[in-house]
Amino acid sequence: MRKFATLMGAAAMTVSFAQAASAEKLTIYHWFEYIPQELLNEFTAETGIEVVMDTYDSNEALLANLKATGMGSYDIAFPSDYMINIMRDEGMLDTFKSSELSNFDNIQEQWLNVSFDMGRQSSVPYQWGSTSFMVDREAYSGDIRTSDIIFNPPEELKGKINVLDTAGETLAFASLYMGIPQCSNDRSQLKKLSAMLEGAKENWASFNSDGAKDVLASGDVAAGMIWNGFGAKARAERASLEYSYPKEGYLVWADSAVLLKDAPNRDAALKFMDFLLEPEVAAAITNYARYTAGVKGVEEFLDEELVTSPENNPPADAPAGTFVEVCAPETQALYDAIWTQLKK
Amino acid sequence: MAGIIKPTGKPAKLADGTQTSIVDGRQHLLLLPAWLIIGVLLVIPVLLMLTYSFLVQDFRGGVIWEFSLEAYDQFFFDRGLFGDEPPSIEWTYIGIFWRSFVQALLAMIFCFLIGFPTAYFIATRPQKSRAFWLFLVTIPYWVNLLIRTVSMKFLIRDNGPINTWLLSGGIIDEPIGMINTGFAIQLGLFYSYLPFMVLPIYASIERYNFALSEAAADLYSSRWMTLFKIVIPSVRPGIIAGCILVFIPSLGAFLAPDLLGGAKNFMIGSLVEEQFKGQAGDWPFGAAVSMILLSIIMVILLFYARAQNRQNDGGH
Repeated sequence: MRKFATLMGAAAMTVSFAQAASAEKLTIYHWFEYIPQELLNEFTAETGIEVVMDTYDSNEALLANLKATGMGSYDIAFPSDYMINIMRDEGMLDTFKSSELSNFDNIQEQWLNVSFDMGRQSSVPYQWGSTSFMVDREAYSGDIRTSDIIFNPPEELKGKINVLDTAGETLAFASLYMGIPQCSNDRSQLKKLSAMLEGAKENWASFNSDGAKDVLASGDVAAGMIWNGFGAKARAERASLEYSYPKEGYLVWADSAVLLKDAPNRDAALKFMDFLLEPEVAAAITNYARYTAGVKGVEEFLDEELVTSPENNPPADAPAGTFVEVCAPETQALYDAIWTQLKK
Repeated sequence: MAGIIKPTGKPAKLADGTQTSIVDGRQHLLLLPAWLIIGVLLVIPVLLMLTYSFLVQDFRGGVIWEFSLEAYDQFFFDRGLFGDEPPSIEWTYIGIFWRSFVQALLAMIFCFLIGFPTAYFIATRPQKSRAFWLFLVTIPYWVNLLIRTVSMKFLIRDNGPINTWLLSGGIIDEPIGMINTGFAIQLGLFYSYLPFMVLPIYASIERYNFALSEAAADLYSSRWMTLFKIVIPSVRPGIIAGCILVFIPSLGAFLAPDLLGGAKNFMIGSLVEEQFKGQAGDWPFGAAVSMILLSIIMVILLFYARAQNRQNDGGH
């Protein structure tokens, strides 16, 4: 009988632990290498909420996995601007009132009324930055302020180029290079784009996103498309790398933390969003990921070299960056076909 | 039968106290776990795949529940980028299948060329040391496949140890471009699946009666003749098992093409992955590609089984 009682006691304890754990858990779906683990620990220490994180390597993978697993398994995800529009259209986003976040007023003016989330009803700004490319100046010393480096490379760089394995960004970047709209229905334009890419591919070594920094830093490739903050990290490992703001144009993006529909723990999600809007936290993320925060008052917490880093400070004569656009499904299907054709 | 099962089963004492073999007439129930596993892990997933391959693609992942042959049409017919040109045969995907089959076939051949002598060597060691040799074969497989593939990448990259060594030895002037090539993919496949060739062949050779080889030698058979006429036919089941175990996973591999091949050219595995995890998000097409692959493999195995039967009928 005593044994039975002990067993029951143990069982009851297990159940209560399980309940405690399930009540105080936050599940986030995040980009790879985009938040330092210490911050998650700090959040847990402050609130007692355990954070579980899964990662993805492109906006499209985020969408595909959310569609496959269904809603209700994650509380928060971190899509870029255009993907927020797509996710809203898919009914994947929940909304909140600004009064539910005590740090809502910390959002910078320029990131408050954005086209992808007017007045910030489903998201808070995370980090923003640009997509362009880097060149190893030891391998090539000529002009790098042109996307010819990627699409029509000089002799020194042929066969030593990596491009991002993300159709959305790579095709948009190629469209900027050719000076055509991102969502074109014009046959001759699309055919030219496809032909240009297939020709350029002859000179590419690989398609790689999560390894984009590593292939540059190790010298496997001498030029490669990359996000600016990731590029800053690459330069820290290999000083001869230089980030380019090409004259044909480059992409900008703004990642946000979005509240997902049917979030298992909405309260914890809002607490986490509040946490992300604290200047010190936003600055810590910037110091780690090397992009730019969309939160007021981060300046005093930032690493000094970030303020002047070439990746975060476009030269005065650089054109303004362009956001990736959302195409209509029929148009998107054409771009998907171009991408498959490119990688066949 | 019941007598065999009784001691291992629950006490066969019924409420009325009679000793009885409760399993009598219900032996098939004992197969239930096996049927359950086959049903849940094989039949249901394949049926799901089959169903999805006949549905309409929803924008970026997901399906619309309407019957359609579009996924198969896309595989076989090229209607141009805009879908309104007269259909011609689509070579893109056939090319991807061809590339994958060639790579898998090569991996199988190389694995056999290295795996057979290895297995023969191990099986002919003294009983005591065989476990040690097998242990050596399995050591790399304690490590996750992803990590092994990435390590391979570090080894063969332009400024990796192999090229550095060859350069410093003055054997080459320029690094050999191994990474991001078909060669790198082949190396990855070969390395990943080699033990799947060694282990079944080893199991067969271990059971092989070496007195047969001696008898052959007594009858003036040369060593090569003994190998080809006696040993290989005797251990054929192990060789076939090894070949299938290497060939089939190689066909669906996507880590090696992605990491070692630079993701430049799709193989079947990466093509399917792209449909579910990547940009395309075309589930019906991914399912259709998988069904086509499944059908091709089934046809190959059926032909093999028929050839096998015919040979058995003729030989005995």
